[in-house]
Amino acid sequence: MALSRQPAARRIQSDVLGIVRQNAVPLLFLALGLAGVLATGMNPYFLANETINRLARNSFLVLSLLIPVTAGLGLNFGIVLGAMAGQAALIAVTHWRIPGLSGLGLALALCTPLAVGLGWFAGMILNRAKGREMITSMILGFFMNGVYQLVFLFLVGTAIPMRNPAMLLTQGVGLRNTQDLELIRWSLDRLVYWRVSGFSFPVLTLLAGAALCAVLMFLARTKLGQDFRAVGQDMHVAEVAGINVDRTRIIAVIISTTLAAWGQVIFLQNIGTLNTYNSHEQVGMFAIAALLVGGATVARATVANALVGTFLFHLLFIVSPFAGQRLLGQPQVGEYFRVFVAYGVIAVALGLHAWQKRQQVLRALARDKLAAAEVSGD
Amino acid sequence: MDVRGSLSRFAQGVGIPRLLIGLFLVFLFVVAYIQKLPMAMLLNGALVRTAMNGILVLAMVPTIQAGVGLNFGLPVGVVCGLVGALLAMEHNLRGFTGFGTALAIGIPLAAVAGLLYGQLLNRVKGQEMMVGTYVGFSVVAGMSVFWLLGPFRNPEMIWVVGGSGLRYTLTLSNHYGHVLNQALNFRLLGVLIPGGLVLFYLSFCLLMAVFLRTRVGMAMSAAGSNPAFAAASGISVDNMRLLAVVLSTVLGAVGIVVYAQSFGFLQLYVAPMFMAFPSVAAILIGGASTRRASVLNVIVGALLFHTMLATALPVTRTLMEGDISEVARIIVSNGMILYALTRGRGGN
Repeated sequence: MALSRQPAARRIQSDVLGIVRQNAVPLLFLALGLAGVLATGMNPYFLANETINRLARNSFLVLSLLIPVTAGLGLNFGIVLGAMAGQAALIAVTHWRIPGLSGLGLALALCTPLAVGLGWFAGMILNRAKGREMITSMILGFFMNGVYQLVFLFLVGTAIPMRNPAMLLTQGVGLRNTQDLELIRWSLDRLVYWRVSGFSFPVLTLLAGAALCAVLMFLARTKLGQDFRAVGQDMHVAEVAGINVDRTRIIAVIISTTLAAWGQVIFLQNIGTLNTYNSHEQVGMFAIAALLVGGATVARATVANALVGTFLFHLLFIVSPFAGQRLLGQPQVGEYFRVFVAYGVIAVALGLHAWQKRQQVLRALARDKLAAAEVSGD
Repeated sequence: MDVRGSLSRFAQGVGIPRLLIGLFLVFLFVVAYIQKLPMAMLLNGALVRTAMNGILVLAMVPTIQAGVGLNFGLPVGVVCGLVGALLAMEHNLRGFTGFGTALAIGIPLAAVAGLLYGQLLNRVKGQEMMVGTYVGFSVVAGMSVFWLLGPFRNPEMIWVVGGSGLRYTLTLSNHYGHVLNQALNFRLLGVLIPGGLVLFYLSFCLLMAVFLRTRVGMAMSAAGSNPAFAAASGISVDNMRLLAVVLSTVLGAVGIVVYAQSFGFLQLYVAPMFMAFPSVAAILIGGASTRRASVLNVIVGALLFHTMLATALPVTRTLMEGDISEVARIIVSNGMILYALTRGRGGN
């Protein structure tokens, strides 16, 4: 009642303030990005095309993070496992020299069972580490990176019979540091490629991202989607309600890992070269930072967060070396600054979430204590 | 009589991870002997590596004991130590003066940083490891900007071209490189023992062991093992956790200075980013859990883990091309952390 008697102008003002407060993180990054754009005076066409390109190739990976957040597993640093599966498939396709769309299709088909297997494995591990899934998924990524290196640096050419001088190191064991993906480069991006007055659009890649958004939104309305939410909100309540919590969590991780594998294949067909031992390492970190920049938290992430975050994070990514060059005369400063931003955003988001969760727990405890005191008082 | 029973009791007492790594070490040394590698040098290398990394491993003890858990934010202390080491170098201090100055600047810096970092960790109870990891990462990235822009003028330290910004790797040989490593060395059965380095490391271990038995040390452990009980007996749990984080951060600063003088180089920029992980792995290999750790865990873990790292490379190099020991390090250390994280109770 009091609210309705407020003058309209004040109401609008408080609405605006509310919106600002709710979207503080994306707005801050928008301001940072715009300041960078203004400071560098970049060519708007270059900026726009670069942003579209990055949005197309990265959004799939960022979207792969959503389901584990809903299911209460937090940010799945384990998507690097999916990225590794995608790369393994691309390495096989490159070895067999299957070009273009068929090569890409085969890579997607090959990486799927691998990613499902790895996702199942990761889900089993994370079920044994409830309450510390994030750190565990991160260490799991490091661990599997070791296994990945063991396979592609020492087993290829020995246990795995592969003879391909173009791909292997000179002694015939282990893959070279970089693999040329020229055969499948842009096989998706340039299949339908629109150029409209200076802007270029990789239509199918953008459509793939859009399709994934639609599927994820549809999934949220199914029984499985409800189960994810129920498990994410309270595992015990979900268990009592007859949901198989462990199984639901494993499914969430499997979906996430598989989407990440496809995302990495899409990403690399755009880049065109594979850094055999590095391409996957940063995938988790950058995708997570992008999602958080979009205003997501450890417990709540939407498709909109993912898309806005990918856009803003990569805007900053494009701009900061130029800004560092322009403002301080050193592009390196900008590069370290953006790394700092990526890590800092994650640190702040994790910290804030843990702090809020703790406040909730403390409030609940105080309430229980009060109730107990009342009961004993009677 | 009951050979199998006593064997399994022995295995349980020692612990499966230590048994496996111990057996692997025996295997490495047998191969080294067959391949006629110089054993005295291998053993010296193992001792040097253990002692130069040991204090960084020791830094894990206070936080684990106080219930903060594995201190993945160790780089917070490491960069403080680096600042001390850089200032000593900037003013051309040599020998023990340089080493002492590096510590004298690094320790108070780390204490302040630890105080702030500890305040943060007290607000995020339950998620200290994850938050700590990313605080460490962001501090390292933020300090990279400082290394580029900081007011360092010594031509030995900055880029030749451009005249500003610290180089990636700074050579300490003209300053205080190897001061500890060259002090009090002696030979035992033909093996060169780095007396000064080992003594320095072990005296820190002794100090920690003594501290844990003092009233404050015991209060700290109590705050970790049973916070509610500790609070009821009048211990301020938050202050104890703060103290533990400060101690750990200070040990991180001391640890990196000792490490750098032994290595002979200061590594800047992204180098400190993953500094916490080998230390975490080492103390877990030594038998610590995410909630309980002792100085003995440090000594055993550092010795096993770093002896393995020091000997695996020269030994495997005689057998095959490529550096498989690096891959083994990644798998063993992260596998160990994974094992510790998935063991025991789930839930919060």
